[in-house]
Amino acid sequence: MSDRVTFMLDGHRIEAYRSQTIMDAAIEAGVYIPRLCHVPGLDPWGSCRVCTVKVNGRPCAACIQPAMDGATVENDTDELNAWRRELVEMLFVGGNHFCMSCEKSGNCELQAMAYRLGVTAPTHPYLAPERDVDASHPDIMLDHNRCILCARCVRTSRDLDGKQVFGFVYRGAERRIAVDPGVRLKDSEADVTDRALDACPVGALLRKRQGFQVPVGGRAYDHEPIGATDGEAEGAPDGASDGESLEPAASAGREAS
Amino acid sequence: MTAATEVDRLVATHGSEPPALMDIARDIQAAEGCVSPERQRQIAERLDMRIAEVRAFVGFYSFLTEEPQGSIVIRLCDDVVDRMKGFDRVRDAFEEALGVSVGETTPDGAITLTTTPCIGLSDQAPAALIGDVPVPFLSSDRARDIVSSLRVHADPTRLVTRMGDGKNRHPLVRSMVRNNLERPGTFIFGPEYRGEAIRKALSMTPFEVIRTIKTARLRGRGGAGFPTGMKWEFTRVARGARKFIVCNADEGEPGTFKDRVILTELPDRVIAGMTVAGYALGAREGLFYLRGEYAYLRPYLEDVLERRRADGLLGRDILGKRGFDFDVEIRMGAGSYLCGEETALLNSCEGRPGDARDRPPFPAESGYLGFPTSVNNVETLCCVAKILEHGAATFAELGLQQSTGTKVLSVSGDCTRPGIYEVPFGTTLEAVLEMSGGEGAGAVLVGGPSGTWVNPEGFGRRIAFEDLATGGAIVVFGPDRDLLVALEGYADFFAEESCGYCTPCRVGTQLIQRYLQRFREGRADQGDLDGLLRVARTLKTTSRCGLGQTAGNPVLTTLQSFSQVLEAGLPAVGTRRAAFDLEASVAGARALRGGDHV
Ligand SMILES: Cc1cc2nc3c(=O)[nH]c(=O)nc-3n(C[C@H](O)[C@H](O)[C@H](O)COP(=O)(O)O)c2cc1C
Ligand code: SF4
Ligand code: SF4
Ligand code: FES
Ligand code: FES
Repeated sequence: MSDRVTFMLDGHRIEAYRSQTIMDAAIEAGVYIPRLCHVPGLDPWGSCRVCTVKVNGRPCAACIQPAMDGATVENDTDELNAWRRELVEMLFVGGNHFCMSCEKSGNCELQAMAYRLGVTAPTHPYLAPERDVDASHPDIMLDHNRCILCARCVRTSRDLDGKQVFGFVYRGAERRIAVDPGVRLKDSEADVTDRALDACPVGALLRKRQGFQVPVGGRAYDHEPIGATDGEAEGAPDGASDGESLEPAASAGREAS
Repeated sequence: MTAATEVDRLVATHGSEPPALMDIARDIQAAEGCVSPERQRQIAERLDMRIAEVRAFVGFYSFLTEEPQGSIVIRLCDDVVDRMKGFDRVRDAFEEALGVSVGETTPDGAITLTTTPCIGLSDQAPAALIGDVPVPFLSSDRARDIVSSLRVHADPTRLVTRMGDGKNRHPLVRSMVRNNLERPGTFIFGPEYRGEAIRKALSMTPFEVIRTIKTARLRGRGGAGFPTGMKWEFTRVARGARKFIVCNADEGEPGTFKDRVILTELPDRVIAGMTVAGYALGAREGLFYLRGEYAYLRPYLEDVLERRRADGLLGRDILGKRGFDFDVEIRMGAGSYLCGEETALLNSCEGRPGDARDRPPFPAESGYLGFPTSVNNVETLCCVAKILEHGAATFAELGLQQSTGTKVLSVSGDCTRPGIYEVPFGTTLEAVLEMSGGEGAGAVLVGGPSGTWVNPEGFGRRIAFEDLATGGAIVVFGPDRDLLVALEGYADFFAEESCGYCTPCRVGTQLIQRYLQRFREGRADQGDLDGLLRVARTLKTTSRCGLGQTAGNPVLTTLQSFSQVLEAGLPAVGTRRAAFDLEASVAGARALRGGDHV
């Protein structure tokens, strides 16, 4: 049994390792599949669903789905991009995103995804949930209003920082990021140097006193849409949400904690 | 230091590995009214888990709380059926008698009043769980009596005044619940031959047993209808140092109660089915996942297991067969519909929150603790035992080509004889309505909210995987019922039960609530209909698990069969109603889907 498989992605032949996900194979081949929760180098999570593709006509999340030999995969189609617009819109109306006053604006992957997909004003009602801001930590701020529950911080803290600062608690609409061991960030092992802080795609997890260091206009997505340079880095130049540079640190495996 | 020793005692009883978390947390909740942060810390330490992991667990299950609840918790079932049968009056009576609102605890800390989705008593609604005690047929008078009694003796078990029928009178059950076996069929509910199914299985090789199940063309009764023989074969050939058979007794689909009745009347048959599966799949360990709402059946089921061990039908060298060992352990749920989904169920058994897992890998390959696992519904396992007893051919003669055997239906709602009906597959909905006194229905929900709404034109359709698939729920709505109210009730249910992991289900279920509210208030317009449809279809297409994938069904199948329901929600005055074009909306959404498999 060969350990290579081949599939067609929007008409391009893509090679993959057996058990490699469609997402990882596409990234390796330099083809962009929209994604928010997935970051190369972290275990896949599959929560945002923005990477939904059709494999032999059946919708599934590219970041989870292993490549199948001979499969036909649709990605950049009007239909799929319409689903993605719905999902991005849901992320906006499901939280409280006031981009004008958010210091992540311009470096935010959610905002950039909305631009890329052509989401302007949401067509669904705002759910306007009541959410907290945890400003207890001297150097870090966690704003639940902007959190899209992508678990990038959870996985980065666990697998790259060798800590387990973040987790989830509650279900459904109430689901939110939790902090180990207690309720507030200041009681946790979180540190301003944690790579988990760079992993956040939105303005939910921020270093304090660093807002607006890069002026609007010079930010990651001010000139190029998200995914424009895919296969290479797509993250923000100041390091914030520099997803692609997250390589597993040799010493900081899951065993380490 | 008494507090810590209490956790130590529970760890000594239930074990020090994460799978023990459910039993430990349930016991603490029962004894102390909550699982406090301090307890979470102690548990985490003893089970070698993160505090955040224990908190995530406690926060997930609705029967576990961080905040203290009263010594007695009254959970009123607020399902759509209960709402049709007088839930509002019962709730008001409880609120008045207790002097608190739903969600609150009496000032003396004695009683908490809350609501819960379907507790499997839809044929005797309105119903409630008081402590672990199921209380059917509530009225406002009964509610007041209950409160006065509890004020005197504070013991829910003493509320059992008149016992129900059949084995509900068993000394270890002693429940007011009725089985309402309106039509026990001759197959599932046929006579019992103790030990016979296992004896037959042991006279064959494991592969012959699997072949027998395949020849019978048995399909899973839990809703999805996957061929059982095929699932067993995958599990059989998968490599693993251990293998597990799981009986799914989580029965959470609103309007379904047939597994409760099977467990009450035929528990031996279900365990026999598990044992046959153990033999066929080479598994020595069985897990029986019982929903928290059915905790009152646990002592009875433990006793069934104990008697089977004494009779050599469980344990070592079963029926004298050297080397065939199999035993069953009961695992509890704690208030989560999603835990009926097989991968969520496995997470729950492992001491995690019950959100679903990604597939692949499938449980057959990597299930409980990563070992090959076959998850089977209660009724499926019953069928297994009967197929072994009577032969595959007898079974396959019943029903249709793709739907062999019988189906046990739970019928409730606007019918004169709600209860349990075992019918051969292929029976028409019309026939079911006739049997149960539901003639003249205006609508029937087949398969619960994740299933299909059928209008009178469709009453000739048949109960079958090739037509109307159902895990067993048949909810009858009279011609005068406002289906919009029902739709809202089911929307609340899905929003409440979503685990919130993925975007479409977490946000989409809430958006459906918002949109339906606009329709009810007469504030909706064409744009709202369009938005509602887009959300429902996004749920179906992009959700991570079966809950989200079906949460849009009530809206989508209503639009197919009852388009007037949502039209009626639009303002009646000419202007906007004229602008409302259902066909165009449906067509637009269809184009968005790029297909039409709704
Ligand atoms: C949200 C959800 C809830 C479910 N609840 C149940 C349940 O309560 N009981 C059940 O047997 N199957 C339930 N299922 C189906 C199970 O995932 C699984 O298919 C079934 O237990 C397999 O057994 P079967 O093949 O014998 O039907 C549920 C599925 C989903 C998506
Ligand atoms: S805080 Fe940021 S990284 Fe963490 S889950 Fe929320 S959005 Fe994702
Ligand atoms: S579909 Fe719903 S229940 Fe399923 S994983 Fe997504 S959020 Fe959770
Ligand atoms: S990138 Fe695949 S689900 Fe988020
Ligand atoms: S118990 Fe209330 S509807 Fe099922």
